[in-house]
Amino acid sequence: MPAATIKSRPIYPGLSLDGKARRHLIAAEGEGALAVLDVFADQPDAVARATLLYTPGGSAAQEHGAKLSALDFDGLHLMPTQPTLLTRLGVILQTATMGTRIYVAGVEGFIGKVIASAQTHGVDPQSVRAEHRGSLARRVQCVHCKGMTENVTATPFVCSHCGLNLFVRDHFSRRLGAFQGVCVDAEAPGELPAREELYL
Amino acid sequence: MTIQFKQETFRDDFTFSNSPEAIRRFPFPFDRDEYMYAVNIEQHMPGPAKSAFEFPIDIDEHYVAEMQDRALVLKEDPLRCQSLPHMITAEWDLLELLMESMAKNYPEHFTLTKDGDRWRWVNRPLGIDQSFTFGDVSTLPYPPMEYVTRQCQGDFCLLDQRLDNLWMDSGIVTTQADWSLDFDIGMNFMEWHAPVPLAHDLGVFERALKFLLNLQQGRPVRRLNWTMTINPRLDTSPENYHKWGKDRTTVTPENVGDKVHLRVELQALWRLPRSNAIVFSIRAYMIKMEELVTVPKWGRRLHRVLRGLKPELVEYKGLSRYHGMTVDWLSRHDDGAPTSPGFFPD
Amino acid sequence: MSGGVEIPVRVVEIEQATPTVRRFRLAPIDGAPLPPFSAGAHVVTLMPARDRVIRNAYSLIDRAADGSSYRIGVLRVAQSRGGSAFMHDEVTVGTELRITMPVNLFPLAHAGRKHLLIAGGIGITPIFAMAEELRRTDAHYEIHYAMRNAASGAFVDELRARHGDKLKLYRDDCQEILAVDAILPNQPLGTHLYVCGPEGMIEAVLEGAREAGWPEENLHSERFQAPPTGEPFSVRLAKAGITCEVRGDQSLLEALEAAGVDAPFLCRGGACGQCEATVVEADGELVHNDHYLTDADKASGSKIMLCVSRLKGRELVLDL
Repeated sequence: MPAATIKSRPIYPGLSLDGKARRHLIAAEGEGALAVLDVFADQPDAVARATLLYTPGGSAAQEHGAKLSALDFDGLHLMPTQPTLLTRLGVILQTATMGTRIYVAGVEGFIGKVIASAQTHGVDPQSVRAEHRGSLARRVQCVHCKGMTENVTATPFVCSHCGLNLFVRDHFSRRLGAFQGVCVDAEAPGELPAREELYL
Repeated sequence: MTIQFKQETFRDDFTFSNSPEAIRRFPFPFDRDEYMYAVNIEQHMPGPAKSAFEFPIDIDEHYVAEMQDRALVLKEDPLRCQSLPHMITAEWDLLELLMESMAKNYPEHFTLTKDGDRWRWVNRPLGIDQSFTFGDVSTLPYPPMEYVTRQCQGDFCLLDQRLDNLWMDSGIVTTQADWSLDFDIGMNFMEWHAPVPLAHDLGVFERALKFLLNLQQGRPVRRLNWTMTINPRLDTSPENYHKWGKDRTTVTPENVGDKVHLRVELQALWRLPRSNAIVFSIRAYMIKMEELVTVPKWGRRLHRVLRGLKPELVEYKGLSRYHGMTVDWLSRHDDGAPTSPGFFPD
Repeated sequence: MSGGVEIPVRVVEIEQATPTVRRFRLAPIDGAPLPPFSAGAHVVTLMPARDRVIRNAYSLIDRAADGSSYRIGVLRVAQSRGGSAFMHDEVTVGTELRITMPVNLFPLAHAGRKHLLIAGGIGITPIFAMAEELRRTDAHYEIHYAMRNAASGAFVDELRARHGDKLKLYRDDCQEILAVDAILPNQPLGTHLYVCGPEGMIEAVLEGAREAGWPEENLHSERFQAPPTGEPFSVRLAKAGITCEVRGDQSLLEALEAAGVDAPFLCRGGACGQCEATVVEADGELVHNDHYLTDADKASGSKIMLCVSRLKGRELVLDL
């Protein structure tokens, strides 16, 4: 788990079961499946009141989906991609009621998107239980062209939209679920610091 | 007193300058010969006549030119003005605060007349005469915050208060010192201050937040913050950093006096009545080194402050490329004589 | 002055709303409009009693559209420490009082999708203002209002006229029980709950909501807490070099004010944190009655809230 040294970056305390919730709504991606299994595997009562949305992400080969299917969730949505999962999540949130606890597990960009979706349905981000699993790759927004680049593992990197050389600033926006990318050679074009693989 | 508004620019040919009167009223931010973070918050009470603190909202000779520059920024990048939907009541509160303050303290330039909810706003310097219904957004050409802040110097953020924190859920930011409203909108007080070095460890933000959560209606507060800017550019946004960043490489020992500007932010906070939100105003003042040293006390003091500045702050404030040259240039204006306490010129 | 700006007002109307509640209309003496306020706000009312100034916080019910008056509601409490008795027995039309600027420690969550307002007895005063704000902004809301009997429902007619069947009443004398578990199910995601009333009711409603799986972020309450009485003790201010006695029926804050100390305050009910003081020494046991300090703060014995907490012992030394 990433160290909580960046004051703008949310701390993800990890999943824990809310025993009082009437419904559990879980969104998971890739390795996040393991966090879901850790919490729900031996909780049949909770599983019977839970809806799970899962997309394999980068770890499809590990067959987490099959293990999750075996748990007999009240609702199970195996989705091919993050965007399709988020669309389905939005539909479920539309009619969800208070007493529903929302959980999210996976890479940080995914956590950010799920929390943002919940927030548009009136859920305070602090009430979403989140766990970071899988790659430390960052989702980065270019502050200049506003384009998002997914899975950034090194700084500096080239913006996938406008082509500027960006360094990844340790400043995180929960609303965007992204770090901030800022032009690294604005003061001396072409003068780039050594590339560092910091977010593997 | 009628203000003579200047025609000047904050980009391209950079014709901005301060008149001798504007130099005298510049809000110099150092009350001693060194600088360190502190919770330097004080009551926003009326200050000395003709100073930048004389009135709650300060309008000066740069007003018209700054409003023209803001319009240019918004035309290029509409994301500089954003507001989450639940902030609409706070927007109206802000409109009332600014219009009332400007009309009361600068009656020769601004007039506000009210008949119940039917208001009429006259802004002579900008040639505006607008009748509208307070509380009805359809009667204004822009949403209320954007409407009034296109006519008021300074950036403005509206902070919602909930869960024992302040949330930056609305704002118009076109004259910022390298921070992005579009990135920071929706953040809480601790989050948007995250990039600031040193101060977190000193507990500055915890104390400031605790103080602001109990900010009272009718008791606004203020503080000064500062940085430096090359050329009198108001829009030093991160969005455009790839365009203005190279300005920092153009400083030479010969042009320090003309190019290097001290940039001071007069930050003020008010509790708003209807929304319980807080408005955070950030008004930028700029002064080039040549103008600054016409006040001998300020020349001496700024030299000593910059010379002793901690390396983390030199880096964070983006001074690295020209810090040394500026200290050298200022040293010629520091004879070592003692300086008097306080901000104001001797 | 530490409570902030004060506004001199005159009582221009008194209404015996129920056998125990009076509503007072306050008008500014200087004629300048009273400022708008956000729903849920209170003012501290300064009452000129014979031997002292009594300061009590009262929620604002409403403000005349032109700012010419505020209304507050005051319950006569059986063991009055002076404030409610003063308002009921001494205040007449024409009495001059002072109030502070409005302070809001019970605000609406503006981004909420729906709002459940729950009031018991005099707790209706902030809820009344909140309901009005929600009506004005076309929000989704329900009002649940519990009272002893028909005679105690002073606000019912006004509420009914404004809110129609969004208002649900619960009368003790008709065995109508406000059962929170009947209200909470099927509320849409993003609903916020607000409760104001007697301590026991607040606790029951909040506990019911937690049991129903509602997150803390969506639960809001305001307690009308008078400073608890206790044994007398003495207090010494280490920096100011002042020592004074705190009577059994007096709060620490009131004793300091009586001694001429300009101590900070906002809510006077243990909620806002403004009057937090550092304890240097306590010859006895600190009795914490506030809702502000964390359990760790309380256990440390190094902090105390002047407005509601006290010492069970001989002398308290504060870093003031």
